[in-house]
Amino acid sequence: MKKHNKYQTEVTGAEAAILSLLDAQVTDVFGYPGGAIMPVYDALYDYMDQLNHYLVRHEQGATHAAQGYSRVSGKPGVVFATSGPGATNLITGIADAQIDSTPLVCITGQVHSHLLGTDAFQETDVVGISMPVTKWNIQVTKAEDIAPAIAKAFYIATSGRPGPVLVDITKDAQFGKTKYVYEKCESIRSYFPCPKVNEEEVSKAAELINNAQRPYILCGHGVLLSGAEKQLLDLAEKANIPVASTLLGLGAFPPTHELYVGYLGMHGNYGPNLLTNECDVLIAIGMRFDDRVTGNVSKYAKQAKVVHFEIDPSEVNKIIHADVAVLGDAKEALELLLPKVKSQKHTAWLQKFTDCTKVEFEKVVKNAVNPATEKLRMAEVIHQFHQLSDGNAIVVTDVGQHQMITSRYYKFNQPNHNVTSGGLGTMGFGLPAAVGAKVAQPNKEVVAVLGDGGFQMTIQELGTIMQSNIPVKILVLNNNFLGMVRQWQQLFFDRRYSFTEMKNPNFVAIANGYNIKGKKVTERKNLKEALKEMYESKEAYLLEVVVENEENVFPMITTGASVSEIILE
Amino acid sequence: MENTYTLSVFTEDKIGLLNRITIIFTRRHINIESITASESEVKGIYRYTIVVTVSQEQVEKLVGQIEKQVEVLKAFYHINNDILSREMALYKVSADALKENELFTRIVNENHAKILSISPEYIVVEKTGDEREIKHLFNDLEKFGMLEFVRSGRVAITKPMKTLNTFLKEVENNSKTTVKHFNN
Ligand SMILES: Cc1ncc(C[n+]2csc(CCOP(=O)(O)OP(=O)(O)O)c2C)c(N)n1
Ligand SMILES: [Mg+2]
Repeated sequence: MKKHNKYQTEVTGAEAAILSLLDAQVTDVFGYPGGAIMPVYDALYDYMDQLNHYLVRHEQGATHAAQGYSRVSGKPGVVFATSGPGATNLITGIADAQIDSTPLVCITGQVHSHLLGTDAFQETDVVGISMPVTKWNIQVTKAEDIAPAIAKAFYIATSGRPGPVLVDITKDAQFGKTKYVYEKCESIRSYFPCPKVNEEEVSKAAELINNAQRPYILCGHGVLLSGAEKQLLDLAEKANIPVASTLLGLGAFPPTHELYVGYLGMHGNYGPNLLTNECDVLIAIGMRFDDRVTGNVSKYAKQAKVVHFEIDPSEVNKIIHADVAVLGDAKEALELLLPKVKSQKHTAWLQKFTDCTKVEFEKVVKNAVNPATEKLRMAEVIHQFHQLSDGNAIVVTDVGQHQMITSRYYKFNQPNHNVTSGGLGTMGFGLPAAVGAKVAQPNKEVVAVLGDGGFQMTIQELGTIMQSNIPVKILVLNNNFLGMVRQWQQLFFDRRYSFTEMKNPNFVAIANGYNIKGKKVTERKNLKEALKEMYESKEAYLLEVVVENEENVFPMITTGASVSEIILE
Repeated sequence: MENTYTLSVFTEDKIGLLNRITIIFTRRHINIESITASESEVKGIYRYTIVVTVSQEQVEKLVGQIEKQVEVLKAFYHINNDILSREMALYKVSADALKENELFTRIVNENHAKILSISPEYIVVEKTGDEREIKHLFNDLEKFGMLEFVRSGRVAITKPMKTLNTFLKEVENNSKTTVKHFNN
C-alpha cells in the first residue's frame, strides 16, 4: 500500500490528483482511460487498494453510475475520462446531474497546454462544451493548481443545491511536479450556497399554514438532499396536512402513512393532481414546479397562496409566484417552522383525497395490478415486485412507460431508494445508475427496471457488471415498443406508429454472453416465481418480462392541460 | 412590457466566466445589446455592464441566474433613471471635411466632441455621450463621408450609494456555510 509522505519533496500533478481524491474521502471512481488522462491512471495504479476504480464500457455510463452512487449515498460521484471523445461522452450524464441536482466531480484529461486551441489530436473544448450543464468547471494547466481545484470542486458540487462540476487537467499539468498540500475548501467569497433561513418569513409561512382550511404539502428532492424527512413528517402530522411527492421526492415521506396522498405529475395519482386546484395553501418543499408537475402553469393552483421552501433563490418565482418564500436549507427551515405551527384536523379536506384514491383504484389501479388481459401488464409486474421486496429495494429506473409505472406502483418505504432520471429524462440512465447504486450500497438489493429501448442505449454496461462483479438485478419490461412515444402517437398522432416498434435481440442470450444469468417470462403463472428467483439471486441476474405491447399509462395530464383536467382513461 | 435595463455584475477574475454569463442570455433567446467588462475600484473584482431590453420579470430571472454562478459576487439591474451612463464613439471621416473647415469645426464643437487625429486622408473624431447624442453626431458627420465608425458598449454608474467594499464585507459573512451529507 502506497502511503504519501507529507514531507516527501514533490509528486507529479497526476499523483496530486489521486491524493486529493483520497483527502476528499473518495473511495470509488467510475471511469475510462485514454491518452490525455494516462498519467492519472498511472498514478492510480499505486493507489488501487485505497481507491476502487470501476471500468465502465462507455463514458456516459460512468456519469450515470456516479449519479446512481450519489443518489443512494449522498456522497459525490467521481468520474474519470480522457480528452476529446472521452470528455464529450460525459455531457449527457452531466446534464442529467445538473437538472436533477446531483453532485458529481468529473475529472478529464486534456491535451498539453501548449497545444490548446490548435485542434490537436483529441482536443475538444470540454470546459466550453460543459459550461451550460455544470454548476462550475475549470481548466488546470499547472501541477500545483490541481489540489486546490479539486478541493474547490468537491465543495461546490456538494454544497447548497448540489450539482456536477468538471476539472479539466492538461497533460503537462499531470506530468508536472509539485509539492502536495490539500486544504479542504470551506468557503468561496463569491458563492453563497445556502441562504440563512429568515425567521420572519418562517413566521409568515406559519401564519398562512395555521389559517389554512385546505393546506397541501408538495415534497421534492430537496427534502431528501437536506435530510429533512423527519421534519416533514412532524410538520404533516402536527397540522394533519396531506403530502404528495414529486418523482424525485418519492421516499421522502412514508408511502403507507395516512397523510400520504400520492405522486404528482403527468402520470401521477389522481387526487394529488386534481386537488392542487382546490387547496388554499400550497406548501412546496424542495421542489421546483417542473412542467411535468404543473401542467398548464396559467391554470395551476391559482386559488392558493403558495409557500415555497427552497435553497436556490433563482427557483423562487421562476415558474410559480410564491406568496411566502423561505430560502435556505429545508431541514433548518422546517425545524424553525414546527413550533410555530398549530395542531389541526382538516378531516373533510383529507377525505377528498381518500375519495379520489378510491376513484383511481376503481378506474385504474384495480385492473392494472390484477388485469384480465392475456398478456402481462407492467403494473402487475411492479406491484408484485413491490410486494416481494416489501418496498425496501433500491429501484433504479430508465425512462418511459416502465418508469412511470414503477413510480406509480412501487412504494418506496425508505428515502434515497428511488433512482431515476427526472428532469432530463435520459434513456440509458437505468443500467449504469444501478451499477453505481450497488457500488455505494453493496448490502442493499438494487434492481434496475428498464424498458427494451432504454436498456439498449447502455446495454454494454453489462460488461462493467461482469468485470467488477456487481450483483445488480435487471428487470426488463419488454413491450417491443418505445412505449411512451407509442402512447403519444396513439393518443395525439392518430396511431401513426412512426419508428417506435422495436425488433429486439435475445436479451437473455446477451446477458449470458456476459456471464450473467437470465430468464424470460411471458406467462402470468410464472411471474411470481421468476421475480423471486431474480430478487434472491446472489449474483447479477436479468429477468425479461414480456408485457402487453400497446398498454397506456393512466392517469394522464395531456400537454397544455391543467392539473385538474387529469384523465383516468 | 419591455424596457431597457442595465445590469451591473460584480465578479471574480476567472477565465470563461463571461461565457458562462452570456450563455444565460443566449439560452433564453435574449439579445445582449452591449456588454463591457473592466476591473472595478476593488482590485481583482471585475464589473460587467450589460444592456438588454426585456420585461421586468425576465430581468429579475436573469439576475437570479447570474447570481447563481459561483464566481459572481452580486448582480444588480437598473432602469435608465437610476444610472448615469455613457458610451464612447470614434468617427473616421474623409479629410475632405477640412475643405468645409468652418462647418466641420462647428459640428464638432456643438456636439461636445473633439478631434483626436488629423492625417492627409482622414480625420478621427471622438465623442462621449449617450446613445442619442452619439447617433446625432453620426448623422451630422455623415455628409463628409464616413469612412469608419465604432462605438463602445455602455458603461454605467448607479445613483444609489453603497460602496463595493461594504458590500464585499457582507458577502464574506454570507458565504460561510457547512457542507451536509446524509447518512443511511
Ligand atoms: C436519450 C433519449 N432519447 C429519446 C428519448 C425519448 N423517449 C422517451 S420515452 C421513450 C421510449 C422508451 O422506450 P422503452 O425504453 O422501451 O420504455 P417503455 O416506454 O416502452 O417502457 C423515448 C424514445 C429519451 N427520453 N431519451
Ligand atoms: Mg419498451
